[in-house]
Amino acid sequence: MAAENKMVSIYIMGKQYEVPYGVTIMKAMEYAGYRFIRGCGCRGGFCGACGTVYRKPDSFRLKVGLACATMVEDGMHLTQIPFYPANRASYKLEELSPSLGTLLQHYPEVTRCLGCNQCTRICPQELSVMDYIAAAQRGDIEKTAHQSFDCIMCGLCASRCPAEIVQYNVGILARRLYGRHIAPRAAHLAERVGEIKAGKFNDELSRLMQMSKEELQRRYEARDIEQ
Amino acid sequence: MYTAEMLSLIETVERTREKRLKEAFPRLSAAEKTNILQSYHPDHMKDSMRPVKVGPNAGEKMPHELVDVLESRSMIDVDGLALENIDYDVDVLVIGGGGAGTAAALLAAERGATVLLATKLRHGDANTMMAEGGIQAATKENDSPAIHYLDTMGGGGFQNIPQLVNALVQDAPICIQWLERLGCMFSKDPDGTLNTIHGGGTSRKRMHFAHDYTGAEIMRTLRDEARNRGIKVVEFSPAVELIKDDQGQCAGAVLYNLETEQYLIVRAKTVIIATGGSGRLHINDSPTTNHYGATADGLVMAYRAGAKLIYLDATQFHPTGVAFPEQIVGQLVTEKVRGLGAQLVNIDGEQFIYPLETRDVVSSAIFRECRERQKGIPVPSGYGVWLDSPMIEMLHGKGTIEKELPAMFRQFMRFGINMAEKPILVYPTLHYQNGGILINEDAESEIPNLYVAGEASGGVHGRNRLMGNSLLDIIVFGRRAGKNAAEKAKTVKLGKLTLEHTKSFNKELEQQGLGQRVAPILLPDYRGKISK
Repeated sequence: MAAENKMVSIYIMGKQYEVPYGVTIMKAMEYAGYRFIRGCGCRGGFCGACGTVYRKPDSFRLKVGLACATMVEDGMHLTQIPFYPANRASYKLEELSPSLGTLLQHYPEVTRCLGCNQCTRICPQELSVMDYIAAAQRGDIEKTAHQSFDCIMCGLCASRCPAEIVQYNVGILARRLYGRHIAPRAAHLAERVGEIKAGKFNDELSRLMQMSKEELQRRYEARDIEQ
Repeated sequence: MYTAEMLSLIETVERTREKRLKEAFPRLSAAEKTNILQSYHPDHMKDSMRPVKVGPNAGEKMPHELVDVLESRSMIDVDGLALENIDYDVDVLVIGGGGAGTAAALLAAERGATVLLATKLRHGDANTMMAEGGIQAATKENDSPAIHYLDTMGGGGFQNIPQLVNALVQDAPICIQWLERLGCMFSKDPDGTLNTIHGGGTSRKRMHFAHDYTGAEIMRTLRDEARNRGIKVVEFSPAVELIKDDQGQCAGAVLYNLETEQYLIVRAKTVIIATGGSGRLHINDSPTTNHYGATADGLVMAYRAGAKLIYLDATQFHPTGVAFPEQIVGQLVTEKVRGLGAQLVNIDGEQFIYPLETRDVVSSAIFRECRERQKGIPVPSGYGVWLDSPMIEMLHGKGTIEKELPAMFRQFMRFGINMAEKPILVYPTLHYQNGGILINEDAESEIPNLYVAGEASGGVHGRNRLMGNSLLDIIVFGRRAGKNAAEKAKTVKLGKLTLEHTKSFNKELEQQGLGQRVAPILLPDYRGKISK
């Protein structure tokens, strides 16, 4: 590390450890001797396995972050929340209509939102969670889908919600409704699938499959490249 | 967060940017490519590999770290474990809860099979989740599966298995349509036309994407669908050994519950290995883009059971891993950044490689630029080169990065670097296992009733995979494996379960004086150190 010699004190579930300054919470916990089973996944900010809550000595605020993307600070008290119970509706996507009724039928609790904005404040992806829940309450599936798109489903929003909403599950239902029922279908894709099923490319591919390496290489070098 | 020295070096990059915007760096000839690969790619470094001494590939060279796990003994007490106490009795066992495994489980269930999906971490903790840039498919009018075939073969050094590539490119549009119908939010124009861009080594713009969360969008959609269909999933329970029957067929697996430390016996008529790759073995001591569980478990188990491996001496280093800030060194900077027009630039503000050569070639060029030519930019972990991301805003308009590369933007902003305004520092990082367990186009291994899909398999990508062919691979071969395993299960008659193959492998190890280590290692061990 750049500042290898500087160490800081952190408190993992109340227990003090000395760890190098400037590393992420995840790497610091490993340095301190932890070998994760839960609370560690992609290690790169995509999977939502390592939601962490912490407090610092200079503030009463409860802070959150992903352990893989948040740096340790001196005096930090932390714990991971690798799992938080959540209800999830089950559905047959193809049979649903993209409507307010569908959202309310599967997640009636969205109407209980108090507008406290804790979900938005806690979101490590800095999404406007409360806004997309408000959009869901209005049946604006497109907006819910787009505003929740960067959600990594870490569950921190649900852990703080006084109305007991599981925001990230509302988000994925909206996104799938949008992707399946609202977003326009790709006509060129359907056409190509039809061509493939009709065997249009079979002959050409058979020829390529039987070609010598030299002949393939010659064609490869000579192929035109779309600008 | 950049140091004062770095900020002054960035001025050089900014000075040459206007000129470079109009400058097309020439592509390398075939001979130049061969030359640069042989001189700089880690696959060609003699001291990075040794021959494996036991098993179906005995005598073949592979990276030390892979040989170490292949020459390890089982963690199970093979004489003490009672195989008759069956915990799960199913038609199809899927090992691995990433994209390939989940696609396989969905298709197997659709065919009426009872399915169990066992996974080491949570369902969806996989490299699929981290794949950012896109998925290839020849869906546009100016493109065809045949052109996709040619690009893929060229990228793989013409050593890909033709039947596998044929399956890959012909199934590709069908898979995109399947995902579209499952509600995947691919980036589209208002008329429904799918947005596509180039990837390294593509001759048509066929990289489909969902911003730069493409893999995450696919993974969470498949996982959600698996939950809707009620597919049984056991998490935190990796398979540690395959079970065969007395006729030599694959017949299940031993799982290990990481939390309760108990073994569980699964009897299955067919088994699908979808355990992914091996980045967390840190081949060549390299940092990696891979998720926490990428430890080659499937290779180890299948090898012991007698499956042949292919092209494991070909390792993909992604050209653009993060080189700075230090906290996220080795993490992925998606190829989409270059696909959108960012150039690679040295300390003097000059281009040194066409940015969309194949990954093996671009990585080698960066190694050369830093090592031989000494034109890298010093960073705490060694060297980096500039990836001139602000060019994207100049080419496509202000705000493009935040819109098209939200994950990348967020990743750097967390450390105070705005990649829309300043270039970023990158260096090659361990990314992908090009080879794996040999399969045919039905996703079958050489062991009866054992199927393999995704990164754990080998042959489809030859010696170097193209960007966007991996998300495609997991869907194409995941679906094929699931469908075929379910069909096969209808006719399978299993005999007595046995671990004789494990016993004889242990014996073979003993004869060679090997087997001091235990594998699969399941998780890397970073205790007491700062991980890469």
